[in-house]
Amino acid sequence: MRKYWIVFSVALSERLVYRADFFLATFLRFIPIVTTILLWRAIYDGGGRTQVGGLAYSEMVGYYLFVMITRAFGSMPRLATDISTDIRDGGLRKYLLQPINYLGYCITLRAAHKIVYFVMAAAPYALVFWLCRGYLPGWPSGTMLVLTIVSLIFAFMLGFAINSLIGLMGFWFLEVASFVHVFMTAQYFLSGHMFPLSLLPESVAHVVMWLPFAYETYYPTMILAQQLDAAAAVRVIAVQALWVLVLLAAGQWAWMRGLRRYAAFGG
Amino acid sequence: MARAGGAQAASFAAGSRRYSYDLPRSVPWPGMGAIHVHNLKKTYRVHRKPQGLSASVRSLFRRQYKMVRAVDGISFDIEPGEMVGFLGPNGAGKTTTLKVLSGLIYPTEGHVRVLDFVPQERKNAYRRQFALLMGQKNQLWWDLPAAESFRLHKEIYTIDDERFERVQDDLTEMLSVKDLLNQPVRELSLGERMKMELIAALLHSPSVLFLDEPTIGLDVVAQASIRRCLRDYNRDHGVTVLLTSHYMQDIEALCDRVMVINHGRLVHDGPLQTIIERFAAHKILTLRFQEGAWPDRIEDVGDVIEFNPPAVTLRVPRESVTRHAAELLSAYALSDVSIEDPPIDDVISAMYGDSAMMTPDQEASGA
Repeated sequence: MRKYWIVFSVALSERLVYRADFFLATFLRFIPIVTTILLWRAIYDGGGRTQVGGLAYSEMVGYYLFVMITRAFGSMPRLATDISTDIRDGGLRKYLLQPINYLGYCITLRAAHKIVYFVMAAAPYALVFWLCRGYLPGWPSGTMLVLTIVSLIFAFMLGFAINSLIGLMGFWFLEVASFVHVFMTAQYFLSGHMFPLSLLPESVAHVVMWLPFAYETYYPTMILAQQLDAAAAVRVIAVQALWVLVLLAAGQWAWMRGLRRYAAFGG
Repeated sequence: MARAGGAQAASFAAGSRRYSYDLPRSVPWPGMGAIHVHNLKKTYRVHRKPQGLSASVRSLFRRQYKMVRAVDGISFDIEPGEMVGFLGPNGAGKTTTLKVLSGLIYPTEGHVRVLDFVPQERKNAYRRQFALLMGQKNQLWWDLPAAESFRLHKEIYTIDDERFERVQDDLTEMLSVKDLLNQPVRELSLGERMKMELIAALLHSPSVLFLDEPTIGLDVVAQASIRRCLRDYNRDHGVTVLLTSHYMQDIEALCDRVMVINHGRLVHDGPLQTIIERFAAHKILTLRFQEGAWPDRIEDVGDVIEFNPPAVTLRVPRESVTRHAAELLSAYALSDVSIEDPPIDDVISAMYGDSAMMTPDQEASGA
């Protein structure tokens, strides 16, 4: 395990080389949310409704704010393309040569990147949440706080499992970039990143609510927004764990099969 | 980590029926050699992309593949501590062989054992004992000082502190890059970076070292320095080395034994000098005539390579060179005569170019 800890700390110091980007990037990330808030204001007012998809206006705004946090855990920018590039361009070589597990290495690296991001982004996030405090529920109870954190960590693992699986398709396809793009769009929609999944027609929601994407964003966000009670939260975490296991196993299988085809081109 | 390795090995065994390297261990395996390769073949399946739009559309549904045989049945054994040069033109199969030996790719056919491991199983125990260094690729973290990458290697290979310090000191001393350890890798020159790469490859004290073009693109001084390091390291640690290079000085300086591969087949396996004996059809005859002793028809003796009277240099067929020299000596007043082998580079490039000459006799291919 110690070797992964060192990978982690080296990745931390590598990330800090680029620290200047963080501050600005974090602020910019909140800009679209202003539009979203205004849009929902118009929807609620225009329809004269107090609830949409079971959420009041302030809860809706809260949802979008909390999605930012969930995505901070679950999003894996460029992971899929990084993996497929490693496969295609031979970057995989060094991990195959060294006594280290490639996917273990990748997840450690991502964890390090996340930690750096959280530290750098803490201040801007706190500021935005303080400014928006009117839309937010109060502090959760101790139990709910623990469940929330567990669920967010699973969101991270789920994001990793899904995206690495896509990346491993690079063993079979030369170019996964366009596929990744389609996938990202679908994920944006199906995960609840775009809007709360409770807005979906019931028949569609029935299916979508069981897909892993929902457990990557929608459910952890609902826990974070205190829309679910402890029992429901525990059930969400159980399904998350199940999906993580299934997808990591699928990734391991793809890894084994893929390596047999691997030609180590360009490397 | 041990657990992950075990899982890998287990599922490897479960799914590997189709691969011939997984035959029972009773397959002949002579003694405790460092590297054993028997009848290794590697075929790549290459997607043939047809030209033209309609053909391209059709190929979306029905792909056409071409099988390319990169390595076509080569066999050799390398003893511990040997330093072997691996020569051949681009695309001859050198790198493919190195990739199979280091477990990056699966052989299509044949047996490969390195230090009594099957490389494709990629057991951690094996990965701790070899290194593959490719001159055209880098392993170090680009934005970090080499020292950080080394620290990472230390952990990945679980090298203990005391030994790590000693090895790192020795190597940085030997390659005189001690001052550069804390400079980001991207700020280093190509030569300095290559030295760092070499150090990274040697940090875990591998017993087998595969080097693919370790000196490519380097200036003469850096080349010499890397060469010296490799020679000393081999002498001091008895590391087994298989080395490819296009620079004949590398091979001449380091390798007593040379394997030449062309079109995926081994065409020569033996001392460098025997390549010249086997494959050089000509010798170089240099004559310096005394005043007024210039023969009329010197070009009858052989092809003139250099003509600056009173000296002339000729390429003369091997079998007739002594006869010609004797005749000239008796007929003309000569101040100097020398008969030399052609430069090894020329012999090798002639070998690459002339595949008719490439039919290997069984003895030489080491089969």
